[in-house]
Amino acid sequence: MDLMEYQAKKLFAKHGVAVTEGVVVETAEEARKAAEEIGFCVVKAQVKAGGRGKAGGVKLAKTADEAFEHASNILGMEIKGLKVNRVLITPATPPVEEYYFSFLLDRSNRQYLCIASVEGGVEIEEVAKTNPDAVKKIGIDPGTGVDEAKAREIATECGFPEPVFEQAVSMIQSLYTVFTEEDATLVEVNPLARLEGDKLEALDGKVSLDENASEVRHEDHEQFVIRDEEDPLEAKAKDKGLNYVKLDGQVGIIGNGAGLVMSTLDVVAYAGEAHGGVKPANFLDIGGGANAQVMADGLDVILNDEQVKSVFVNVFGGITACDEVAKGIVGALDILGNEATKPLVVRLDGNNVDLGRQILSEANHPLVTIVDTMDGGADKAAELANA
Amino acid sequence: MSIYLNKDSKVIVQGITGGMGAKHTALMLDSGAQIVGGVNARKAGTTVTHKDHEGNDVTLPVFGTVEEAMKETGANVSVLFVPPAFTKAAAIEAIDAEMPLIVVITEGVPVQDTAEVWSYLQGKATRMIGPNCPGIITPGESLAGITPHTITGKGPVGLVSKSGTLTYQMMYELKDFGFSTAIGIGGDPIVGTTHIDALEAFEKDDETKVIVMIGEIGGDAEERAAAYIKENISKPVVGYVAGFTAPEGKTMGHAGAIVSGSAGTAQAKKEALEAAGVKVGKTPSETAALAREILQSL
Repeated sequence: MDLMEYQAKKLFAKHGVAVTEGVVVETAEEARKAAEEIGFCVVKAQVKAGGRGKAGGVKLAKTADEAFEHASNILGMEIKGLKVNRVLITPATPPVEEYYFSFLLDRSNRQYLCIASVEGGVEIEEVAKTNPDAVKKIGIDPGTGVDEAKAREIATECGFPEPVFEQAVSMIQSLYTVFTEEDATLVEVNPLARLEGDKLEALDGKVSLDENASEVRHEDHEQFVIRDEEDPLEAKAKDKGLNYVKLDGQVGIIGNGAGLVMSTLDVVAYAGEAHGGVKPANFLDIGGGANAQVMADGLDVILNDEQVKSVFVNVFGGITACDEVAKGIVGALDILGNEATKPLVVRLDGNNVDLGRQILSEANHPLVTIVDTMDGGADKAAELANA
Repeated sequence: MSIYLNKDSKVIVQGITGGMGAKHTALMLDSGAQIVGGVNARKAGTTVTHKDHEGNDVTLPVFGTVEEAMKETGANVSVLFVPPAFTKAAAIEAIDAEMPLIVVITEGVPVQDTAEVWSYLQGKATRMIGPNCPGIITPGESLAGITPHTITGKGPVGLVSKSGTLTYQMMYELKDFGFSTAIGIGGDPIVGTTHIDALEAFEKDDETKVIVMIGEIGGDAEERAAAYIKENISKPVVGYVAGFTAPEGKTMGHAGAIVSGSAGTAQAKKEALEAAGVKVGKTPSETAALAREILQSL
């Protein structure tokens, strides 16, 4: 789960990272009130996307009226397809110098990685291209982590200037605490600013949390879930505990196992090329269970997608035998009754496949077409979606 | 021959008394695997009873620790069905007991827990497969995991895959040839055994004539595997990558299956594999057809 800036700053503050949290508001009037308190301030769009400044979503305001005006313009604007519903009002503290600092999961080396640079904050990608030596990459062993000695080593390697060096050592440890205590996969400060008076502060923050860990041991992470940003179908699926991702297409997809479902999306997209360019409408993995209720919940979500014209159910009976899956489909259609209105193409393979197909044949549901292969099913579903 | 697992493997189950553990202990016994006991500290001294593949009752002892289980049974493989909150501790216990192979089936393990376990594992005697994986099957000999043993039997194909159901699908497509070993390495961002580890083992395994490698979007494991194949693998390799049509920035079920920027796309992986001489199919059936062609020419 990616956090917004104000959420990231909340976690920074919790773990002792020098940061000014500011005030999050949802209306221009509230922005004015906040600015009256703060004085010279920055109005910052809160969306989970980079490039907010370039998109016009970050503005300086000298007066409360200016803050009102900027907030009026920024609230409701779209940045990279995301609607801005909140702005953060935070004191304007012009940096003397800008640095970049992050901890992240390094999948390739199966450890953690610190990436940092004291040259330029915001334009770090540019620095990485033009002056790669200025961007330091330091591996972190998850077993030993970052203690004061390691933090000192990092700060030295990065070359933090003497007046802020000790603050950097302390901040590096606090940021690592955010990374490990909150189970993040990314903690990024950009810019990490040296303010007037040689004060080091995190002016912006980006945090991604590991959802597995949030589930297992961070009940409080629930507070960061912002439902108004979610697609309504995805929100509905989440409520039902389904692993669903909405896409832009006409063929609804249900399958078991993440890999097989991803593969099904591909096969349907290829098949769609011969049928008016129809595309998969979603990713939905119903997992190993595939009982009637899960199948009904999945179909319910997909059939409520107005774009969907046909549905392809692609299940490999591994642990769950095909007869169970077939019963699940028949049961789901019973549960849905008249609400099931779109054609279903069903491909079953694997354990007890003959029995599974027999159950579907005997049910003889007018919406269901049984196919023998994954490729054949994709073709049929694409054809029906293009009818 | 096979890799990592054979008829002599003695398997214990950590979490043998839980729902998943019990269900799959029964299925592993049904496959003919030598399951010799289980571990649950709170139920130490009790037993569980299941049927073996001939329908006879098998009573398995439940031990308090992995160390004790190894001492009493001679186990050399442990399969973990413990809940995600306790997976790290269970894995570390098995590593401390010097269990040669641990297979972590559990889905939803915090990635920092896996990172810590991986760090802990360095220089130790244990190989880890998973987490979030279907495990490993050497058809006709042994099963340590949840792969259905009924799909196919022994044969010349070695399979390594991130995904469970795609493993099953591919075994099904090539069921008339059979498999030496099929290993599902798991879809998490950090896993213990990689494509490269499995490729190296299959290269050394006399029984394996053709290697099928299944990847998916996210990370750079397939690109690294491609580089490895180019330098080190003499056997024919057929590849498949899932997720050509996945949009950027969306997680597709597996925690690792996310495309960020231009990195980790299916197209990039396909090109890397093809540059290493791997024949890559666009779909599972096309991939199976490519493997079939090679198998028939052997």
